[in-house]
Amino acid sequence: MAVALTWPPPPTRFGLLRRVSDRLYRTPRLLLALLLVPPLLWFGVFYLGSLFTLLANAFFQIDEYSGRVVRELTLKNFAALAEPANLDVALRTVTMAALVTLASVGLGFPVAHYMARHTSGATKALCYIAVMLPLWSSYLVRVYAWKLLLAKEGAVSWLAAQLHLGWLLDALLALPVVGGNSLSFSPLGTFVVFVYLWLPFMILPIQAAIERIPSSLLEASGDLGAAPHETFRSVILPLAWPGVAAGSILTFSLTLGDYIVPQVIGDSTLFIGQVVSLQQGVAGNIPFAAAFSLVPIVVVGAYLWFVKRQGAFDAL
Amino acid sequence: MRSEAKRAPLGLSIAAWGGLAFLHVPLALIVLYAFSAEDKSYVFPPPALTTEWFAVAFERDDVWRAIGLSLRVAAWATATALVLGTLAAAALARTRFFGRDAITLLLVLPIALPGIVTGIALRTGFNSFEIPFSFWTIVIGHATFCVVVVYNNAVARLRRMSPSLVEASMDLGADGFQTLRHVIAPQLGSALLAGGLLAFALSFDEVIVTTFTAGQQTTLPIWMLQELIRPRQRPVTNVVAVIIIALTFLPILAAYALTRRDEPTR
Repeated sequence: MAVALTWPPPPTRFGLLRRVSDRLYRTPRLLLALLLVPPLLWFGVFYLGSLFTLLANAFFQIDEYSGRVVRELTLKNFAALAEPANLDVALRTVTMAALVTLASVGLGFPVAHYMARHTSGATKALCYIAVMLPLWSSYLVRVYAWKLLLAKEGAVSWLAAQLHLGWLLDALLALPVVGGNSLSFSPLGTFVVFVYLWLPFMILPIQAAIERIPSSLLEASGDLGAAPHETFRSVILPLAWPGVAAGSILTFSLTLGDYIVPQVIGDSTLFIGQVVSLQQGVAGNIPFAAAFSLVPIVVVGAYLWFVKRQGAFDAL
Repeated sequence: MRSEAKRAPLGLSIAAWGGLAFLHVPLALIVLYAFSAEDKSYVFPPPALTTEWFAVAFERDDVWRAIGLSLRVAAWATATALVLGTLAAAALARTRFFGRDAITLLLVLPIALPGIVTGIALRTGFNSFEIPFSFWTIVIGHATFCVVVVYNNAVARLRRMSPSLVEASMDLGADGFQTLRHVIAPQLGSALLAGGLLAFALSFDEVIVTTFTAGQQTTLPIWMLQELIRPRQRPVTNVVAVIIIALTFLPILAAYALTRRDEPTR
């Protein structure tokens, strides 16, 4: 480990600075408190303060004539959540999040397994960058790319036509519920884009989990007569499971709260994020938006509790 | 522990490279479309290629203003996150005390909760205390979720640093501030640079929280979102998308190079 040395060493100092630093060194609690005050103040005031205001607002309601928030405690917003239309939105969003998560596992697991077990050196670094770049690069640009891809005259339709599979695309779009006018205006399109956006979040934790499996375990399994698929099922899969669970928290939670993808690529059916955004913006009903935004928090909380028992937090 | 890579079964190789291609083909396509001569639709393949749209985009004031605003927001948010994240990392790297886990959770929460929750919470908070939406409300929102990125990088580096170095420095007569400047800072530097770059990229690209904390300001992602919902001049949008890709790839690659020796970030 390289340490920059300056020579001659800085002179020993006396005076105020020295006394302050000695005092801090002797009382680590004081130093700890001084270090923690600025970040805690920031998070306490801006973040927790905001979260509590949001929570409080969920129990207020809006005056129908003046449109102003009335600060009297009421459970009306939560009663409104139970209306069929709103339950429908919540259910649709949770279903989408679950399907996106499943598809991400299906697509991501082979990539993660391949990266962890079958690459080394430069190839491994290349694969790692290949997964990390899309993860960090612009979310909107990636959504936009799919608008180009899925448009009626876009690349996917062109490819389907070239492969003489246009009939298959038309059949998919003709399906009830998931189909639509074109891929970029259908729930099917929304689903594909979600999978694309969150896939790297699934690959990285699985890859980390598989990477941690000692290869001696796999060799032992083989020596004991297990065929590769048996080793995979009874050694790799159980040990990779916490990684899958960790990735699924991200894909699930990100899908649940997104309101831009269904707005840009999808038909007019609403998702939780869109309802929250519309209630807040167009309708100006912040109390109801606040109550509705508690739905993803509760669902994610329940999911976290479920996943925690699978040991996912060690793999994050 | 790590064995040499073994040859993968053909099916696995195909699935893996297919997955990686799935991640990159759309980005490559964006670059292609920036040169497309067609300006009315997204027709594929583009009928002809041209570079004229780059010139058109460079003439556009609104694009430049949005880029400028996003750069200024990202700079302020990154600076704030660097200060707060480093302090938090220094406090939490090697200590154990009651409530430590709660503080860690608090730092992660802004990116762990769905962005719309953070966004609407901040908006309600600003509204309730009658703080008008401005440049600074955007910065506050961004800094809040950028702290964790800096924190993660700094804490990983601090934990790898041997505590005996600090003790040696003290034994040789340096006081706490001298140790900080001559021993800790040189080692922490590249981790902070990497964390700062990632925080910058995160802020530069953020849209979900920003739509809630911005007033009339149009950051580059908000400009992009408006174009996505109501396209005005598609070729210009294509060019801007390419510029955004270029602007975010550079800090990410730099951050990767800086932290390669540490554990993977995030």
